[in-house]
Amino acid sequence: MAWIGEIDLGTKPARAATQTMVSLSIDGHAIEVPEGTSVMRAAALMGTTIPKLCATDTLEAFGSCRLCLVEIDGRPGYPASCTTPVTPGMVVRTQTDRLKQLRRGVMELYISDHPLDCLTCPANGDCELQDQAGAVGLREVRYGYEGKNHLKVEKDSSNPYFDFDPTKCIVCSRCVRACDEIQGTFALTVDDRGFASAIVPSQKQDFLSSECVSCGACVQACPTSALQEKKVAEIGTPDRAVVTTCAYCGVGCAFRAEMRGEELVRMVPWKEGKANRGHSCVKGRFAWGYAQHRDRILSPMIRESVDQPWREVSWEEAIARTASEFQRIQAKYGTRSVGGITSSRCTNEETYLVQKMVRQGFGNNNVDTCARVCHSPTGYGLKTTFGTSAGTQDFDSVRQSDVILVIGANPTDGHPVFGSRMKQRLREGAKLIVIDPRRVDLVRTPHIVADHHLPLRPGTNVAVLTAMAHVVVTEKLYDEAYIRARCDWDEFMDWADFVAQPERSPEATETLTRVPADELRATARLYATGGRAAIYYGLGVTEHSQGSSTVMAIANLAMATGNVGIEGAGVNPLRGQNNVQGSCDMGSFPHEYPGYRHVADDATRQLFETAWGVDLDPEPGLRINNMLDAATEGEFKALFIQGEDILQSDPNTTHVAAGLAAMECVVVQDLFLNETANYAHIFLPGSTFLEKDGTFTNAERRVQRVRKVMEPKNGYADWEVVQLVARALGLGWTYTHPSEIMDEIAALTPTFARVSYGALEEHGSLQWPATDAAPAGTPTMHIDAFVRGKGHFVVTDYIPTDEKTGPRFPLLLTTGRILSHYNVGAQTRRTDNVAWHPEDRLEIHPVDAEDRGVRDGDWVALRSRAGDTTLRALLTDRVAPGVVYTTFHHPATQANVITTDYSDWATSCPEYKVTAVQVSPSNGPSDWQERYQAHAARSRRIERLGEPAE
Amino acid sequence: MSATDERLTYMANQIAANFAVMGVEKAALATADHIATFWDPRMKQRIMLALHVDAPAGSPLNEIARRAVERLIELGAPLPQVQATTFGGVDEPGLSDAG
Ligand code: SF4
Ligand code: SF4
Ligand code: SF4
Ligand code: FES
Repeated sequence: MAWIGEIDLGTKPARAATQTMVSLSIDGHAIEVPEGTSVMRAAALMGTTIPKLCATDTLEAFGSCRLCLVEIDGRPGYPASCTTPVTPGMVVRTQTDRLKQLRRGVMELYISDHPLDCLTCPANGDCELQDQAGAVGLREVRYGYEGKNHLKVEKDSSNPYFDFDPTKCIVCSRCVRACDEIQGTFALTVDDRGFASAIVPSQKQDFLSSECVSCGACVQACPTSALQEKKVAEIGTPDRAVVTTCAYCGVGCAFRAEMRGEELVRMVPWKEGKANRGHSCVKGRFAWGYAQHRDRILSPMIRESVDQPWREVSWEEAIARTASEFQRIQAKYGTRSVGGITSSRCTNEETYLVQKMVRQGFGNNNVDTCARVCHSPTGYGLKTTFGTSAGTQDFDSVRQSDVILVIGANPTDGHPVFGSRMKQRLREGAKLIVIDPRRVDLVRTPHIVADHHLPLRPGTNVAVLTAMAHVVVTEKLYDEAYIRARCDWDEFMDWADFVAQPERSPEATETLTRVPADELRATARLYATGGRAAIYYGLGVTEHSQGSSTVMAIANLAMATGNVGIEGAGVNPLRGQNNVQGSCDMGSFPHEYPGYRHVADDATRQLFETAWGVDLDPEPGLRINNMLDAATEGEFKALFIQGEDILQSDPNTTHVAAGLAAMECVVVQDLFLNETANYAHIFLPGSTFLEKDGTFTNAERRVQRVRKVMEPKNGYADWEVVQLVARALGLGWTYTHPSEIMDEIAALTPTFARVSYGALEEHGSLQWPATDAAPAGTPTMHIDAFVRGKGHFVVTDYIPTDEKTGPRFPLLLTTGRILSHYNVGAQTRRTDNVAWHPEDRLEIHPVDAEDRGVRDGDWVALRSRAGDTTLRALLTDRVAPGVVYTTFHHPATQANVITTDYSDWATSCPEYKVTAVQVSPSNGPSDWQERYQAHAARSRRIERLGEPAE
Repeated sequence: MSATDERLTYMANQIAANFAVMGVEKAALATADHIATFWDPRMKQRIMLALHVDAPAGSPLNEIARRAVERLIELGAPLPQVQATTFGGVDEPGLSDAG
């Protein structure tokens, strides 16, 4: 569908690497465009729109509708302008009597098989067929509707978000091409030929049961109402649009929130968005209904103890209570007895304020964030080796990659829009290496087969990467000139000596890692010698007892092969949540201020002391897990948690519950009564990303604007709530807009020096560092030198985790996520995305299942040393024998009851990816699940103002 | 030992094990530096006390961790916390840059 207010130039820009310009004349006007541009696009660039149906500037030209005919001097017939490239001196006419007549004839044929219910059609006013009928001046349809037509074909309403109405389909195949070219799922085909041709998903299935992943690219590409959002049918076409950023994953897709009044009609990915280039996934485009969900809590609530029902109170009372409780507790138990948790779901500005409140107001450094449990090893590992706690590239870089190595990541599910970009490059011929215990979709997907898949044993990442390094060093595949110029040669030699030892060879480690040695050797050779090689990694790297070592092992490999500092290569963490990068940048860790500067660094601390007018604690604060430990010992008493559900997302749920239960005041600021709120005393309602201004920073360090499209239903944006608490604590904050918070961040943080809302308006987005030397930001880092000076090789010794399988717990559990859900599912479970994933399932290899008498769909008990739970089994050979896998999107499953306290040695990032477990048949929920459900139901009771408890 | 002490000892040993490849001397310094950089003062104090624990099976700390903690003790105790906060003087004009 045409995007309101956006111009469609008909075909993609010229791909030409050379910027040779071509001059031609269109309708008597001279114009110059880059070589390779189509006549249609050239005309559109000078403001002349040539009628078209099958062309749109997000897809390759196809030339099927014949509406875009033009006349060109010296060429016979009427070429289609969308598929005709410009040539020097070409003379084009776009509007002649003959062309008009031909176009009308084409249009007449289309309309003769199209229902004439324009006035009641959901796309009325937003339909290209309607527009083009007008543009070609169609006045009559001579063929009538008596002949054969498609007007009685049934609608497919199976997808929860969009309908397919074949009666309105003109078989332009834009949807098919969108699914193939943009999304890369190849779910649609044109079935049959000629008059009988029709669009069908997969094997003539309905959309929901087909391979379709509901990304919506086809809906956006469809020029008619054949593929139409249900919301548009329900509400009507939008009349204004605001550009904002998706609040789900770390890809950071830019969207146009298309509105009618205060009502959001649809989210349309923004073509100018530099992270997503006009694409989206099912979450960002469709799964925003949680913002209006009836479970949302809109009034502040308090209670004396967690066994009481909640009591709704005024904002004033809730804020005053929060401040007085923290003051009381600190007066009684000491400055360091309280802390705060920032959220990777909230904006940079909100995160900055929470850490500021902790450091300036609570007077300690007890602030941590959910990045602790996902990418803290990335921060540690990349800072140690390269000097910056962030990925090295922008997403566009993948277009230049010759080899793509994906380790511990599942981009088509976890980072779908980037997954699609990666697949585009792979279809163009880049080589693919996947290192993952599970056969993730990327290993084999339409038109892509991984060159190497190493299904390693969970927990052996470091051994596998060291074995790769062994091959690189012993076969002399390293880039000596690069290493000598860019890294410390002596450190390289120490590292090379270490990895070259025979016990680190692929052959020696094969029994441990379960990766065949010859396959590993071939993988290492491809990575080292295949051209520009990029590494993309996810939580399968970080969430291990050696997460930080694995990140450093990756960095070592990239440096040794000269793959840092150029486009197409680099080390790229795929961040989980939308603002993981940002929340880390903003000083959410207990040992560092914004910009990753240690609290013990006198100069930095003085900078903040001067700015904030207080003495700051030079000692690091507590990490989340240590806060909980300290709580169980009676030393840590109060916690302010913004936008986090630590009870569900953190490991060893029983331990988290005990820690929370031991505190005197737990404040939860969130959209919903999440699981953590079951242990809270004060609840402050949160606002959604649609209801506030701010910025998010995505996995490529890109700072992008979040813009308010509607008023906060709870009354305040989250940054305002934190400011209210801070003021009640006596901190004289007077921010009137988040832009002022960003100005303060920029003034105090060198890498953000040139970030401001004005600069973001000007550039659209900025990749930090944005400094005086690089005012437009830095797409690729470490180009001439590493940020730390010389690249630092770190010897990473493989140390097996203490979480070991044995007779009682013979299987290894690893965890992950699925496309349609996000993290603990608090948002996506409250949308129609449940159509795809109504519950968490345990993936188990058929052999392991058979040994245990488990059939597909059976309830099974999953036990570890930490706890037990039940869920249903899914038999699949995606997982190797000995390995089981589940997601953690549903609270009823409580997958983290199972996970243990083991964590990364350097950052305490929990070892979610390796838990020794046993699986056995079961007939119902575990004791813990039953107890927990009862507790949750009890602690969610609310006394509304003027009503008894629910 | 309490659960927290056990956990801290475990953490110190784990850090030490990951640095062990550097050799005892350097690994002990790296471990000490790591603890100084990332641990909260109470955790540091607790691990210093753990040095003197005489479990039946000997010190719960491995050699590198033990040397690291000795090094931390040499460097001196971390700063104590102050009782009761005054929440700074930021509500007085001129003391805060906020806004
Ligand atoms: S569904 Fe829409 S995009 Fe697809 S062929 Fe039909 S009209 Fe074209
Ligand atoms: S929604 Fe996406 S995956 Fe589904 S058919 Fe359309 S383009 Fe393909
Ligand atoms: S969830 Fe991620 S990939 Fe999907 S639209 Fe949002 S930012 Fe893009
Ligand atoms: S728009 Fe050119 S042939 Fe359809």
